[in-house]
Amino acid sequence: MGETLIKVEGLSKKFCRNLKRSMWYGMRDIGSELLGRRHGTDGVLRQDEFWAVKDVNFELRRGECLGLIGHNGAGKTTLLRMMNGLIKPDQGRIEMHGTVGALIALGAGFNPVLTGRENIYVNAAVLGMSKRYVDTKIDEIIDFAGIREFINSPVQTYSSGMTVRLGFAVAAILIEPDILFLDEVLAVGDMTFVIKCLNAVRRITHKSAVVFVSHNMQQISWFSTRVMVLDHGSVLIDSQKPSEGIDRYYGLVTHEQQISGTGEAEIHSVELLINEMDSDSKEPTILHGAEVGFRIRLHIDSNRSAAVMHIYIMDEAMNPVICLPVNNSEGTLNIFPAGILHVKISMGAVELASGRYSVTVAVMDSCTSEALTRVQGLSPFRIISDKVQWGKLVRHVVPEQIDVLTPPL
Amino acid sequence: MNEPRVIIYTPDSLLTSPLRMVREMLLDLASSRELAWRLMVRDLSAQYRQTFLGFFWAIILPLSNTVVWIFLSRSGVVNVSDTPLPYPVYVFTGTMLWAILMDALNAPLQIVSASKVMLAKINFPREALVVAGIYQTSVNALIKVTLLLIALLVMGIRPGWGLLLFPIGVLSLILVGTLIGLALTPVGLLYTDVGKGIPLLMQFLMYLTPVVFAMPKEGLSATLFQLNPLTPLILTTRDWFTGFTPEHLAYFVVVNLVSMGLLLISWVVFRLAMPILIERVSS
Repeated sequence: MGETLIKVEGLSKKFCRNLKRSMWYGMRDIGSELLGRRHGTDGVLRQDEFWAVKDVNFELRRGECLGLIGHNGAGKTTLLRMMNGLIKPDQGRIEMHGTVGALIALGAGFNPVLTGRENIYVNAAVLGMSKRYVDTKIDEIIDFAGIREFINSPVQTYSSGMTVRLGFAVAAILIEPDILFLDEVLAVGDMTFVIKCLNAVRRITHKSAVVFVSHNMQQISWFSTRVMVLDHGSVLIDSQKPSEGIDRYYGLVTHEQQISGTGEAEIHSVELLINEMDSDSKEPTILHGAEVGFRIRLHIDSNRSAAVMHIYIMDEAMNPVICLPVNNSEGTLNIFPAGILHVKISMGAVELASGRYSVTVAVMDSCTSEALTRVQGLSPFRIISDKVQWGKLVRHVVPEQIDVLTPPL
Repeated sequence: MNEPRVIIYTPDSLLTSPLRMVREMLLDLASSRELAWRLMVRDLSAQYRQTFLGFFWAIILPLSNTVVWIFLSRSGVVNVSDTPLPYPVYVFTGTMLWAILMDALNAPLQIVSASKVMLAKINFPREALVVAGIYQTSVNALIKVTLLLIALLVMGIRPGWGLLLFPIGVLSLILVGTLIGLALTPVGLLYTDVGKGIPLLMQFLMYLTPVVFAMPKEGLSATLFQLNPLTPLILTTRDWFTGFTPEHLAYFVVVNLVSMGLLLISWVVFRLAMPILIERVSS
């Protein structure tokens, strides 16, 4: 691990909720700056102000990659913008050694009327590159973006994906900074291009200190040597173990219960069984691969003679990742009679990737498929494993056989 | 590689370390030359690529202004006192020079506002935007002056040796325009009132400057014309251009020297204000 490149001490920044007042504070701040006074009114919040970033401390060495995660508005981008010198801190101090590069706002400065080739030069100039340097790299940029046949057409004829690709290519090929900031740059584009980008970024990150903002936990887990979780501007955790930070971030996600349906059935409770044991905590943490079951108490109205049940496991974005149709031993949907029922079901080993999940139970009329009740956001739980994998289901496999056909010379 | 660069950001006002500030200003100005050039090429070519009339737009406004004023004076709606030059020449040169001043004046706020997204996300020398504006104004001024020169020769005016000094006049118009524009930019970026108010104010100011009217001989208006710092700029530049001997040369020099000093101060204000403005404009 190399020398310390970034040193952030007690860094804070406040924003104003009210636009008119914010503009007025801006005028006053310029005034006090011109009088040589310290920015940030000595940490006192004025009316309508709040801390967007509060007392952040960290040091980052060459070769380290800090994954910065948190909800929208947690202060990630604000922190990055202060370090990039775009806005002034209200408190604290930032010290950076070496050249700074950023993969943020790809394609900024693009003019839609100009051709792709002209825009490469404009964009490169914004990044501080000379024309002569760009001349030596232009073919590499065009090939990376994969838009050679369109390079002499105006950028306004490009699809949004092409524009992003060109923007990324310019920045990724040209910059070789000591300190690199990445803000949600890999969120767009098709898979082949994302992989290409990830590899390009990897190349840069080996030699630099990197601060990486993303909502994609796979990418965070893949890149980061360290994870910091921000919530309402404060650091919740700064961990050398990315999985620990990511787990903490998932802990911030709240699964809200939502009930829909005709109301002719009611779910009284859903309890998780982990390895045949009742879970004691409100939000159990389950090790990847553990046996999981459910104990469901429900009530089906007497005027419905027959009902069927589905159970779903939803991820933190409320996408169903596992569907469990509740069958009988003949392999068709089990018919539940009316009344108060206690049902125990086992789903076997959970092979879900680490993350935060919840349970949805849906009870339907067996003939009309009318939803009698559908409750989502039940019994939230977390799956932990040492790594966030690229997939919702993770099953480790061992090859049955490996034939080496060409022996090494 | 040279020695590793150390960057430090604190809440302290940049004025507390003036030496560092001046050094950074000069470094940024130097490193913004290429970017400014690129931005100028980008904006100009984009501007003219999307038009049918192209470069003629640089003169259409002053030209139509001239036509209006010639019509007004011929028809007797407005009584213009005698001008030392034939009135059409006087108005045409006046409005052209005024248009150059206005271009220079509008450029900083306009370019900085148009680059808000870039400013909010990328750290590049902010001076580049202002310099790009100066370049752009200069190119447009060159077009105007060339057409003006052709028009004058057609109308039978012989510029004489004063023409060699004429570029100084144009540069001083750009200098003063840029100064006013740059000084208004910090406030104008926060409050759009400034951008809306400029044309109104400048329209009024134009009538206090010998652009379409001759210098009044007496009364309050004569004093106002005399005091107006834009008067020597327009008069001297026009005199050099049309072969007259400038009468307000001393005031002209004073205005230019003061403007240079004020431009440096505006630059410092602009620089100090930028991070504070970006925070307010983009959040």
